[in-house]
Amino acid sequence: MQLKLEHLNKTYTTKRASVTAVKDISLDFPDNAIIGIIGKSGAGKSSLLRLASLLETPDQGEVYYDGVRVDHLPKKELNRRRLEIGMIFQNFNLFSSRTAGKNVAFPLELAGWNRRDIDERVHEMLALVGLEDREKSPIATLSGGQKQRVAIARALAPRPNILFCDEATSALDPQTTHEILDLIKKIHANMNLTVVMITHQMEVVRDACQYVAVIDKGCVVETGAVSDVFRSPKHEITREFLSNIRRSEISVESAIAYLQDNGYEVSKR
Amino acid sequence: MSPITELVLQSTWETVVMVFFSTLFAVLLGFPLGIFLFVTSPRGIAPKIVPYQLISRIVNTLRSFPFVILMIVMFPLSRVVLGTAIGTEATIIPLSVAAAPFIARLTETALNEVDKGVIQAAVAMGASKRQVVRKVMIPEALPSIISGITLTIITLIGYSAMAGAIGGGGLGDLAIRYGYQRFRTDVMIESVVIIIVMVEVIQFLGNKAAALVAKYPLGSFGRSKKVK
Ligand SMILES: Nc1ncnc2c1ncn2[C@@H]1O[C@H](COP(=O)(O)OP(=O)(O)O)[C@@H](O)[C@H]1O
Ligand SMILES: [Mg+2]
Repeated sequence: MQLKLEHLNKTYTTKRASVTAVKDISLDFPDNAIIGIIGKSGAGKSSLLRLASLLETPDQGEVYYDGVRVDHLPKKELNRRRLEIGMIFQNFNLFSSRTAGKNVAFPLELAGWNRRDIDERVHEMLALVGLEDREKSPIATLSGGQKQRVAIARALAPRPNILFCDEATSALDPQTTHEILDLIKKIHANMNLTVVMITHQMEVVRDACQYVAVIDKGCVVETGAVSDVFRSPKHEITREFLSNIRRSEISVESAIAYLQDNGYEVSKR
Repeated sequence: MSPITELVLQSTWETVVMVFFSTLFAVLLGFPLGIFLFVTSPRGIAPKIVPYQLISRIVNTLRSFPFVILMIVMFPLSRVVLGTAIGTEATIIPLSVAAAPFIARLTETALNEVDKGVIQAAVAMGASKRQVVRKVMIPEALPSIISGITLTIITLIGYSAMAGAIGGGGLGDLAIRYGYQRFRTDVMIESVVIIIVMVEVIQFLGNKAAALVAKYPLGSFGRSKKVK
């Protein structure tokens, strides 16, 4: 699906203050791309994602899916549209009152699928994420990476054409982050799917995304193809994010060197 | 069987009846009220200020009544409904009225404590408000609601003993009439020990029930169908 945002604005007013979390953001990405939206904590990423995923309505501006305006849809149509939208989250947000399989079944129950079709789809999705043997597992018994796999299976079960990921790998260790990103890329390659990933880690953008938008204080400061942005970053914030990866990579390198010096075998992946 | 043993058994049975039915009525009344409070609260999913404030005030008022006073206030109601204000059946009315607001609040609290992210996920998948409450919030809050009901039952055992003091029957009544007024310390001790055992059993069963609900979430049973 092709996602287009036009002049989005969103202000949150609380008793104490009013914060403009999204300021005149316009973005337009090609169909079926993996898009990264990177920004520091509090930059407005989650707010932007809630607008783009129709969880909230913008104060001003428009959201288009495949050229059709979808902000301010009537309730009924909005809930129907939701089946075309998948979402995964930093904290997984799985239902602890349901097994892994029943979590995946949930959106299908909402969509009114019959039992047979639900069972079949649940198996198919759990197999896709490599958890076919965990259908009856309570969520509490799964590791972080397994939880995010279940969340991905649940999000994609009703065959959405866009997947929003809010810091989906931020609660995971680097190795598991890698596995989840690989899984998302694999799924993306085999499906008609646009993926929008929000993150504060430039590694995620580098390893998984084709396009990137850098946002700061509610505004887009830089956008483009990932290769271009990495080759010639224009904005200072972007450069800061890039230098952060270099620094963490240097520290990984030095850790590996340290281990090797001390007689451990380290395989570089 | 000695007459005293018979009396103790009879009283134990009365206490069980009182506590069972008052818990049942309190849950039947309090659970829906708790859901109502949760849904209509100013920060709930369908705020309705006036009905919320009204029910909330009534619940608070009933909760702040000392139980003894509540019992006396309830005498007329018991007379209207049952034709009498004393005896085991009559005591069930004030016990239910005392426990229902408690159940309502603990249900509301348990629902409020459900992770907001989980609710957001359900909404993002297209769940309506009704579906969010029925299919997500109540199941997610169930272990905590069960713990709360366990606590309520234990409180009711205590209250029922108090109710005995004004003719409600049961173990409290026995302890006072025989143990205190007729200096039968053995009867008093027996009554108290049985009450303690009851509390322990309820606590044990309640913990077990909450743990089982958490351990076997929806979808744990039945064979896994292999669909080709
Ligand atoms: N529902 C809300 N109510 C009030 N303020 C909010 C709300 N959501 C976000 N904000 C504010 O908007 C700003 C951006 O937040 P957010 O979008 O969560 O940032 P990010 O996801 O990039 O960390 C923050 O200052 C935050 O406090
Ligand atoms: Mg965020």
